[in-house]
Amino acid sequence: MRLEYFQLIDRVIELNLADRTIRTETTIPTTSTVFEGHFPGYPLMPGVLLLETMAQTSGWLLVAMNGFKRATFLAAAKDAKFRTFVRPSERLTIEAKCTHEGSGYAITEAKIFRDGKKVGDATLTMSVLDFPNADMEKQMRDQAIRVGLTLEARADG
Amino acid sequence: MSSTFDTIANIIAETCDIPRDTITPDSHAINDLGIDSLDFLDIAFAIDKAFGIKLPLEQWTQEVNDGKATTDQYFVLKNLSARIDELVAAKGA
Repeated sequence: MRLEYFQLIDRVIELNLADRTIRTETTIPTTSTVFEGHFPGYPLMPGVLLLETMAQTSGWLLVAMNGFKRATFLAAAKDAKFRTFVRPSERLTIEAKCTHEGSGYAITEAKIFRDGKKVGDATLTMSVLDFPNADMEKQMRDQAIRVGLTLEARADG
Repeated sequence: MSSTFDTIANIIAETCDIPRDTITPDSHAINDLGIDSLDFLDIAFAIDKAFGIKLPLEQWTQEVNDGKATTDQYFVLKNLSARIDELVAAKGA
């Protein structure tokens, strides 16, 4: 996880397009300026960034589902729960399932686990739109390769 | 069995916290009820689930942007109800 670049997912572990599910993992950095403010003397991963971690996992799932033809953006979050503190250096697994594909949007159920125990979950509405420009599309494909979605990130994918 | 209009009016009332008795068949979802695009995603999701369809929002938006349709055709609720009935009928055909 590189908080300063908003790269919250390290790797895609599993992608099942038939079931419309994905599993990713990430490790909270040991140090970050974020922890200097949240909180001084008691560093905790902010819940809003855990939510973004679930959104990015959902985004990779939806981008893979549409064959890297369209971008996804977090539009709404419902029932977001952060069940325990998440601290620097901890390793997380994130799961997401697409429960509905609408026209221009999708709904996902996302969960975060630490050592098999659920630490957070949310229902997310993701907008699914055309890439606004070629640069973003290229960056998305590059990031897909970084997290291990190599086959789906091919230009002809 | 409630009508298509009643179902979507109830969805809108619940989703957007709009008094149910102010929602009529002639209400325009955007111009009269003030529903924005994000709230309409929630409404579309609820309609998709309730009727087992997929509202073609992107197609409709494109048609409006291209000048091939007016928002009235899709977002006045009696017209939206008719479009939904067509989609339900097409699904069962």
